[in-house]
Amino acid sequence: MKNTVPHPYGKRIRLHETVIESLLFLFALMSVMITVGIVVILFKESMLFFSSDEVTLSQFLFGTKWQPMIGQFGVLPLLNSTITTSLIAMLVALPLGLSVAIYLSEYATAKTKSIVKPILEILAGIPTIVYGYFALTFMTPLLRSIFGEEVVQMYNTASAGIVIGILILPLVATMAEDAISAVPKELRLASHALGSTVAETTFHIVLPAALSGLSATFLLALSRAIGETMVVALAAGAGPKLTFNPFEGAETITGYIVRISGGDVSYNSVDYTSIFALGLMLFIITFTLNLISRSISAKYHMEYE
Amino acid sequence: MEYIEPYATGAEATTRVKIRKNRGNFFYFLFILSTVIAVMFLSILLISIIDDVFGWAVLVDERPLSTLVEDAESVKDLSREQLIHLSTEHISKGILRRIEYENPLENRSDSDLIALVEQYVIEPSVLRTWGLWDSITRKGEVEQFALEHEGAYLSFRSWITPHFLQASQSSNPLIAGIRTAFLGSMWILLVTFLFSFPFGIGAAIYLQEYAPKNRLTNIMQLNIFNLSAVPSIIYGLLGLAFFVRVLEPVTSGAVFTHISSTVANGRTILSGGLTLGLLVLPIIIINTQEAIKAVPDSLRMSSYGVGATKWQTIWHHVLPASFSRILTGTILALSRALGETAPLVVIGASTFISVDPTGVFSKFTTLPIQIYQWSARPQGAYRSIAAGAIIVLLVLLLLINSSAIYMRERLNRKKRLEA
Repeated sequence: MKNTVPHPYGKRIRLHETVIESLLFLFALMSVMITVGIVVILFKESMLFFSSDEVTLSQFLFGTKWQPMIGQFGVLPLLNSTITTSLIAMLVALPLGLSVAIYLSEYATAKTKSIVKPILEILAGIPTIVYGYFALTFMTPLLRSIFGEEVVQMYNTASAGIVIGILILPLVATMAEDAISAVPKELRLASHALGSTVAETTFHIVLPAALSGLSATFLLALSRAIGETMVVALAAGAGPKLTFNPFEGAETITGYIVRISGGDVSYNSVDYTSIFALGLMLFIITFTLNLISRSISAKYHMEYE
Repeated sequence: MEYIEPYATGAEATTRVKIRKNRGNFFYFLFILSTVIAVMFLSILLISIIDDVFGWAVLVDERPLSTLVEDAESVKDLSREQLIHLSTEHISKGILRRIEYENPLENRSDSDLIALVEQYVIEPSVLRTWGLWDSITRKGEVEQFALEHEGAYLSFRSWITPHFLQASQSSNPLIAGIRTAFLGSMWILLVTFLFSFPFGIGAAIYLQEYAPKNRLTNIMQLNIFNLSAVPSIIYGLLGLAFFVRVLEPVTSGAVFTHISSTVANGRTILSGGLTLGLLVLPIIIINTQEAIKAVPDSLRMSSYGVGATKWQTIWHHVLPASFSRILTGTILALSRALGETAPLVVIGASTFISVDPTGVFSKFTTLPIQIYQWSARPQGAYRSIAAGAIIVLLVLLLLINSSAIYMRERLNRKKRLEA
């Protein structure tokens, strides 16, 4: 009884079309399941971590010592060095990246653009482990020869931070250029017509107009810098330490996770669950930054479209 | 920038215009300078790595050849009998048995025997290495160093050699190679591709062609963008807890073979590949969506117009029209997976592996992990082979990316000819 006369008033329901659609829906749903999986697993293992006798939440958040050996789990030393490296990275990447973006969108000819942009793409495509090697074998010796070997330790957060800055530079430059290019041409022309120089137009007209896009760039770059792992794992040093001196070695959150999981940890140990608690913290920080960045950039796209 | 009151007359006006012009030029040069610095970073990065791959090394032999055989200049001058004699005489029993088991000495080729004698009898080790630049400019210092150490001699090395590309991982930097790591990377990439390609494309088709405009779709879309920016180490934690631990019977292969569950270990290629698969999935979805978006609506409409169903339209028209872009996007996503280190270290791939992987249930190491381990060691020779492995990795990435671009151009041209 297949292929009867189609129903005169509606679509015939084809079974395999429905099956395919539901299957594809499941595939799409899987991306949501990844997020759910991440959240569930991070929470589950973190609960185990916080329910063990040695750990309390307040001690975790405000403790100034991270020494699992003697049951000290204060996250501040790790968080502090993560913030230090990220801040240094932003100090390198923001001014440079923004200048490159301004140069590309406001000054550069099409030909210059066609040379600089692929170079940025190559920089963005180099694996982070290569940057880690670069930090260890080039940046650290360079810093030591400039500031003296007594001042700069073999492993230090400054070197890692600078190299992370180079690593996120292409991201900052491309995203900022997109934001700046989205500013309508009429604004620039009006400014030029009133006699402004290109630099004046850029600073007084274009940048304020692109501000939301630029802040989205800033937040996403910060999130990248905080989550960056291999550079700090190689160059920032092993061993958590609460220090504000960027020339001293101090382990970051990501560096700690890599070092602990790289050795053979036994499941159910506090060491094992501690990396998930740190992972959860990292996830919350970066996810929030990404979310804000995303909603800001969605807004500015609406403004000009 | 400080605001300058624009209204002025006469000489005052001229000076102000001049100041403003100068300021404009100052910033112009600042922007150019920044761009030049950004471009310079790339060249410094590449030069510093190439610099580490070549250069002088000061070696010292455990048993110098002159003490073993009288008036022998080089191992290559020795006769076959002498080589076999040296091997049986000086190689420790256990190692010799293993070598004989692999392939008896008598059956081995001359070059093979020479390599054996060099590796196990003479046993050179590296005291110190220099980069290419230092090797050229500070030759005196290098020679001085060699003279200060007894029995030390100089050797100008390229750390990338055919041997380095073919040999398996070893604890001795002079004989270590990247074959194990290279094969591991390829296996991981295969699993990653097989997992993420169908799922990624399926999800993208749904979101682009089927999804109704509602809350759930919005959440899915926002979620995918967010996932693509989650730090890779978080995926490592997910893989560790889920693939390595929860799915251990599957990922260790215990379900399919009769390994007892006590020795089963989920830290396998399958776990690694799936973890990276999750990592690149959002990237593949986003790239595929862009590709599908670029297909003009008129194509879909004409397909519906002649009575095709939705799936027929997608399968016969939308996918073929966007295939080259989808492929390029996928390859770019896979090249991200090839360079990824942190998630694999977290799921526990960084133990010392010197056996080639044989399937998805093997333990593994990959090129980036090898680079990480070698770089983390303080001795110079390890740094040099790490630089060698980096060059191999970068060349591999270059090949993959350029093949993606080449393929896109070719497919595009073919399509234009057909049209």
